[in-house]
Amino acid sequence: MAATTTPVRPHEGRLAGRAFAYWMANYRRVWRGTIISGFLGPLFFLVAMGFGLGALVDDGGLGGTGYVEFIAPGLLAAQAMQTAVGESTFPVMGALKWHRQYHAMLATPLGIADLVLGHVAFVTMRVAITSVAFAVVAVALGAIASWWVLAAVFAAVLTGLAFTTPVFAFAARQDNDSGFNVLFRFIVMPMFLFSGTFFPVSQLPALLEAIARVTPLWHGVELCRGLVLETATVAGSLGHAGYLLLWAAGGLWLAFASFRKRLVT
Amino acid sequence: MVGAHRLTKRFGEFTAVDAIDVEVRRGEAFGFLGPNGAGKSSTMRMIGCVSPPTEGSLRILGLDPATDGPAIRARLGVVPQRDTLDEELTVRENILVYGRYFGLSRAQVNAKADELLEFAQLGERAGSVVEPLSGGMKRRLTIARSLVNDPELLLLDEPTTGLDPQARHVLWDRLFRLKRSGVTLVLTTHYMDEAEQLCDRLVVMDGGRIVAEGSPRELIALHSTREVLELRFAADDHAPYAAKLTGLADRVEVLPDRLLLYTDDGDATAAAVHGRGLAPLSVLARRSTLEDVFLHLTGRTLVD
Repeated sequence: MAATTTPVRPHEGRLAGRAFAYWMANYRRVWRGTIISGFLGPLFFLVAMGFGLGALVDDGGLGGTGYVEFIAPGLLAAQAMQTAVGESTFPVMGALKWHRQYHAMLATPLGIADLVLGHVAFVTMRVAITSVAFAVVAVALGAIASWWVLAAVFAAVLTGLAFTTPVFAFAARQDNDSGFNVLFRFIVMPMFLFSGTFFPVSQLPALLEAIARVTPLWHGVELCRGLVLETATVAGSLGHAGYLLLWAAGGLWLAFASFRKRLVT
Repeated sequence: MVGAHRLTKRFGEFTAVDAIDVEVRRGEAFGFLGPNGAGKSSTMRMIGCVSPPTEGSLRILGLDPATDGPAIRARLGVVPQRDTLDEELTVRENILVYGRYFGLSRAQVNAKADELLEFAQLGERAGSVVEPLSGGMKRRLTIARSLVNDPELLLLDEPTTGLDPQARHVLWDRLFRLKRSGVTLVLTTHYMDEAEQLCDRLVVMDGGRIVAEGSPRELIALHSTREVLELRFAADDHAPYAAKLTGLADRVEVLPDRLLLYTDDGDATAAAVHGRGLAPLSVLARRSTLEDVFLHLTGRTLVD
């Protein structure tokens, strides 16, 4: 036996940092491009929707809040969702099927939990970067004026996490990328449009409003908006955050199961 | 190093590996020889602790894969059948990233990368992106990468499949050196020449079972004759000629395009064939190979 090795038995997930380090090494090649698009995206959205469209709808039914102030926190949560879903679909399938990084990792001491947690941590970092970029742009444009924006960035990251883990579980069960089109068109896009980002869900018919209120995005939007408009209550915010955490935790549990089923055969 | 007893792997109704017994000793090169679908890769995945056995017992490095998977994998090197290189990273980055999975520090893995790149004759390509490299270079990189943790046991699943002859010889040379330095090799192959070149001992697998076991020389001595005489006739069907050859050889195998006569003296048998008034298009006397062993054991050629 080689003298350097002792039969340690790492707890599952304890080595996730090593998987995270891979994704960071991979990201180092492309980060400049993602930073630029991270700033441009929110800039376009806020200018077009907030100032362009907002000029037409201001003085409507938002109780004194300007439209751009209304949608800025909504978009903060929504872009977190979109980054999270984007980073949890094709990259996960790629690591399973095309580039097979997961297979490479599994030949080393890393286990399923390390793979999942390391990659989820990386996606969460990506969401954090885009959320900070969005917040910077929104504050610079005057669309967000409260110091609570700092807390709202955390809320956006949590919103992203509530999507990341369930989408990981979903992606690991797909044989090809056609399922992702369904996910984007029939789940992400409607949520983006109807979960309170652009108008209060009370505008929706009762049934649709009820559906909107169970989506994680609505809770993320409400949490972010309550924070930056300083209208939040502690109980309400904790409720929203807890709901998002529940999705994140449930998704993680499903992701572990999906990954195990897919990779340990 | 590896001890398997009645090791079995089933996928639903399909039995990929059927109660095999295998013992691999420290320092040897051990081969699993068999056609595609024989159960070689399934066996390798179980030994690599990524696929749990359905039944039977398996010990790797004295440990149980079911409970000590990560500790075992920390001491294994794995060269999978399909490369899992990161094609967008450079040659060197691939080794660095992989070394980090084993918990090596940046300094350790940097030093190790230089040594491994030289060993794999990739020093000049260290800064190249992997994607455009030749198949042989990628395979050498996969092997270099698998050595980053100084493994005691190296698992190679079809290490040279799809490579050109020159690339295969370069690879075999590297594997010889590893073996000489004390690394235990376990490999699968469906090439007889590879098994004869590399393996001290091997098992022949077919349909999930082990059908023969021993050194290449033992297997040939036990299941074949010293020489083989290959005859080709100007006919689509070679079977009728076999009848005319009875008594000339220990055994006659009829293949679609030729007859194989198992004999201890090929030239003498060839003379006897001509003595019977037969005039084959071509006559070739050669030494027995593992291919002949496989043909005898399973009734078909190895590479389908």
